[in-house]
Amino acid sequence: MIITEQKDIEEIYEMIKPYSKILVAGCDGCCQPPRSINEAKVLAQMLELKARSEGKELKWKAITVLRQCDDRIVATTVRPFIEEFDVIVSLSCGLGVVMMNKVFPNILTFPAQNSKFGGAENNAENQFVEYCETCGECLLGVTGGVCPMAGCAKNLSNGPCGGTVGGKCEVGGYTHDCAWVKIWERLKKFNRLDLFTQYRPPRNYRLWSSPRFKEINKTYTNVEESNKEEKQ
Amino acid sequence: MANRTAYSNLVKTMREGKFLFTGELEPKKMFDLSSVLHSAEEMKKTGKIVAANVTDGPQGDAYTCSMVPSYLVQEKVGLEAIWQMTVRDRNRIALFGDILGGSILGLKNLLALTGDHSALGDNKNARAVYDLDSTQLIDLVSKMVDDGTDLEGNEIEGGKVEMNVGCAANPNSDPREPEILKVGRKVEVGADFIQTQTSFDIDEAKEFLKDLEKFNIPVLLGLFPIKNYGIAWYFNEYIPGVSVPKDFLNDLKATKKIKDKKEKYAKIDQINIDFYVPFIKEIKKTTKAAGVHCMAVHYERLFEPLLKEF
Repeated sequence: MIITEQKDIEEIYEMIKPYSKILVAGCDGCCQPPRSINEAKVLAQMLELKARSEGKELKWKAITVLRQCDDRIVATTVRPFIEEFDVIVSLSCGLGVVMMNKVFPNILTFPAQNSKFGGAENNAENQFVEYCETCGECLLGVTGGVCPMAGCAKNLSNGPCGGTVGGKCEVGGYTHDCAWVKIWERLKKFNRLDLFTQYRPPRNYRLWSSPRFKEINKTYTNVEESNKEEKQ
Repeated sequence: MANRTAYSNLVKTMREGKFLFTGELEPKKMFDLSSVLHSAEEMKKTGKIVAANVTDGPQGDAYTCSMVPSYLVQEKVGLEAIWQMTVRDRNRIALFGDILGGSILGLKNLLALTGDHSALGDNKNARAVYDLDSTQLIDLVSKMVDDGTDLEGNEIEGGKVEMNVGCAANPNSDPREPEILKVGRKVEVGADFIQTQTSFDIDEAKEFLKDLEKFNIPVLLGLFPIKNYGIAWYFNEYIPGVSVPKDFLNDLKATKKIKDKKEKYAKIDQINIDFYVPFIKEIKKTTKAAGVHCMAVHYERLFEPLLKEF
């Protein structure tokens, strides 16, 4: 899931200030913490209050979308509303904001969130944690299931560095685990230190460079079309 | 690398088996390098310090680069530089270019380091690079020296780089095993020598040196003479994993009461000499260490009285 954090209300207000009719769109997708219809309403009301304090009337409507990062869902859900509004404020992650701008090129969509990272929900430690940085070259098979890209502040391939003390990392004031000490512990536990000592050469950062694309597998997403193609 | 040519005077002296000293120079956020050069001159005068490390943005701070002061120390003072290079701020292209440039300027020792994270420094919002890690930097230097190429195998016009490369090792590491395994990997990819972080504990230092013996390359043990009580206090409070022995700390604390500056300095120097002379003698006598890396930054007056014992 994509972990987000709402922008300061002042920053959102500055974006919509020149406009008087706004559509506020929540997202029911993987965005965490949830940013659905209720959050959309609350944000719209806050913006309305802010506008009033400046002697302005703001017309708004709050809706929510199943997933703002899917062009077909966005098109069908949002299209009926856009005519009535000057701009859209999206509570989705950046994927949704870009998709809305793309699907509706004649109306601006502004972000209400800062997208922070792709995170897992670790309830045991009450945290969303970035366990994977989607680097495109998965090392988890040789690191005991601990990611040194997401877990190490320096993205080291042959760690740990001198900044680890008692298994904690210098970045963050020795409060976070050193990924490479964890990796060593895991591999030692399974008697696989041969994997730890292996030299890992410089990485291929082209796999981790923007922009990144991958073709959608049509047979998976559209069975009818696929059947047609096969018949032809 | 045990059988690579000794290009530097440092590695030649180490291989001769003579117990030696290296010093440390820290160019800060400065345009005028005269204090750095003065410190290098004082080191050279001792006749015991073979080479001096020149730091590369320690603590993640944005300081004067390490290449130019390294060159000036060699050129103007005649003291060999151990050019420190971190992978924090440069990708493999910049590292390659700088190493080649430094080599053209006559730098013969490179100490390959990860570098303190920029989040700890004075430009905290900087994007930390870490395209390579310190092991991969050693691999890069090895390719430039042994094969005359970059990491992709593209040849350097006009010959190979002539340089020795060192790596760091931390005697305070906890846990110890992954640190030793990591040093082993650095030696495997071509490290010629090891310089350790500072240690204040003789037993810990001896044990660590013993652990490093199997790699069969020269090791310089890092020691940190302390110029005033404030630094000792800072070490204890803010450098996790390092603790200054209580007696040493208390002796330094007592000097705060001495009003006469000259008397105070003499007392501080004596405390350091009383602590480090037996420490270094013990290391020299009982371990296979090639020498001591004396990190007495801006503490030039101690060199002569401390080193005359060796």
